[in-house]
Amino acid sequence: MSAIGLRGVVKAWGATRAVDGVSFEASAGRFVVLLGPSGCGKSTTLRLIAGLEQVSAGRVFIGDTDVTDMPPAKRQISMVFQSYALFPHLSVAENIVFGLKVRRLPAAERHTRLARVAALLGLDQLLGRKPSQLSGGQQQRVALGRALIAETPVCLMDEPLSNLDAQLRQEMRREIRALQQQLGITMVYVTHDQVEAMTMADQVVLLRDGRVEQDGTPEELYSRPATVFAARFIGTPPMNVVSIPALTGNGTLLGVRPEDIRIAACGAGGGVAGVVENVEYLGADSIVSCRIGAEAMTVRASRVAHLSPGTALRLSWPAEATHYFDAQSGKRVERAAPAVAQFVA
Amino acid sequence: MNRFSVQIHGWLLVLPAAVLLAAFTHYPAVATLLHSFYSTPKANRPAVWVGLENYRAMTQDPVFWQVLGNNLWFALGTIPASIALAMLMATWVNGKLHGRAFLRLAYFTPTILPMIAVANIWLFFYTPTYGLLEQITVDLLGLPSHNWLGTPSTVLACLIVVTVWKEAGFFMIFYLAALQAIPPALAEAAAIEGASRWTYFRRVVFPLLMPTTLFVLVNAVINSFRLVDHIIVMTRGGPDNASSLLLYYIYDVAFKFWDSSYASALTIVLLAILASAAIMQFAFLEKRTHYQ
Repeated sequence: MSAIGLRGVVKAWGATRAVDGVSFEASAGRFVVLLGPSGCGKSTTLRLIAGLEQVSAGRVFIGDTDVTDMPPAKRQISMVFQSYALFPHLSVAENIVFGLKVRRLPAAERHTRLARVAALLGLDQLLGRKPSQLSGGQQQRVALGRALIAETPVCLMDEPLSNLDAQLRQEMRREIRALQQQLGITMVYVTHDQVEAMTMADQVVLLRDGRVEQDGTPEELYSRPATVFAARFIGTPPMNVVSIPALTGNGTLLGVRPEDIRIAACGAGGGVAGVVENVEYLGADSIVSCRIGAEAMTVRASRVAHLSPGTALRLSWPAEATHYFDAQSGKRVERAAPAVAQFVA
Repeated sequence: MNRFSVQIHGWLLVLPAAVLLAAFTHYPAVATLLHSFYSTPKANRPAVWVGLENYRAMTQDPVFWQVLGNNLWFALGTIPASIALAMLMATWVNGKLHGRAFLRLAYFTPTILPMIAVANIWLFFYTPTYGLLEQITVDLLGLPSHNWLGTPSTVLACLIVVTVWKEAGFFMIFYLAALQAIPPALAEAAAIEGASRWTYFRRVVFPLLMPTTLFVLVNAVINSFRLVDHIIVMTRGGPDNASSLLLYYIYDVAFKFWDSSYASALTIVLLAILASAAIMQFAFLEKRTHYQ
């Protein structure tokens, strides 16, 4: 059974189509990340699932129900907003139980759930405070608590970590993922940060210009990117996608991840000849920018800090790490690749 | 520059404003308080100290009590109505509707118009036989003719309507500003939690508007004791003092009866009422108000 399903969902404002025919399915208990650069329509897609915007075309399913025409309150969802959207005049406790009060749950039930959520998120000591007296991370927890206490099967999150500092973000990332698995919630999480997507998701839906670019597990996105865009969006530094007709023939682009390339001294046989442009030393490894003819290529390599700009060297990579893309459409092309070690360019 | 000349410079800069304030605000206030303890000077009889005599006379002045009562009814009639109406109008023009800029302007127009002109227009509305109100009630609905401003039982209500109409648009501007400061995500969060629009207003918007309400309330109270322009144009306090308010009575006593001492005493009482009202509002509402 799928917990969430979008079928050809479109959201248009006048001539602009912010979401242009998005379809994907997510099964129950999965952590789904909507990933993409800013303006790709990921937040709008989330708001369409929440019912905060009305779809222009297509259907939205939650559970087995068609919720396309339902108001947000009827969709059995909870949501964490980017700005947290805490009610500034209410205490932490009142903020968390706001929805339960609105839905007229008995006071005893409210107290039990509040105690449980507060313990889960470590908010016990803060229940009497106002949001303005909390740090960013604590406000984030309160927003999370307000979403979790509803005990809805689906929880939506709109870039919830973007207002936190780097260290806190890493902690919360782990914590949110742990909570999601512990409670078995289906989570739809919007972010532009591919690290967040790769570390947290069971399923990544990569969006671009309102369309789904690729929908798969983080491993699939990394190891078998469906398009040039997907290849360049995932991974740090991104995949090298270059045009070297000598290696691939005309009309096909070659993709190699920087971490799959090996560097050999100029005298050694095999590989492609290149020249070092500069070296960025990161400690555990270095990012070496090279030039192969007119194309630039980055290499992630360890213990090469001694390389100085202008050094000639040879680059090689295994056959299974080679990706091919159609130069016109940008789509992945499957072909049995000879290892580049066999070429001498 | 040494410390001394810095001080001199500072005081010189403050001087013009300080002189104006002292001459036209502080001195008259203190003088009024002093005058209220003296008798009114006449041509051949200078003012003499009478202590609390003016205040004792006030307690036995039936017109004072009537005017004070009128003013309380006037306050009760104008303040809640104008605040509620302002909130309602602000909520409405804050929504997404066509022509809302025009609507905002329309609501604000009464505030821009001079009160004297406004009072004259309303005077026409209330005029017996051919006034707008009479044209509707008598000609259209066939009700018996009624002199709205000439009858003690209706005159105060008529003035209350004019004042509410005049004030609501002004207060609306403050509410509109406060509403626009509320992030739209709050409404969305409440909607997902299942709150109806009314619940959202009651539990979120209304409490967040409290600082504005406090400010508007203080202004409304002061205005209800301060507005006299429309009384001068429309009724001159009549008939039989039925529409006279405290400030208008003070004006009558001071500049028609030339009893400046008694007018001073009345002024002190008016100031005391306003001061205690403001203190009470701040003391009670401040605690229950959330400032962002």
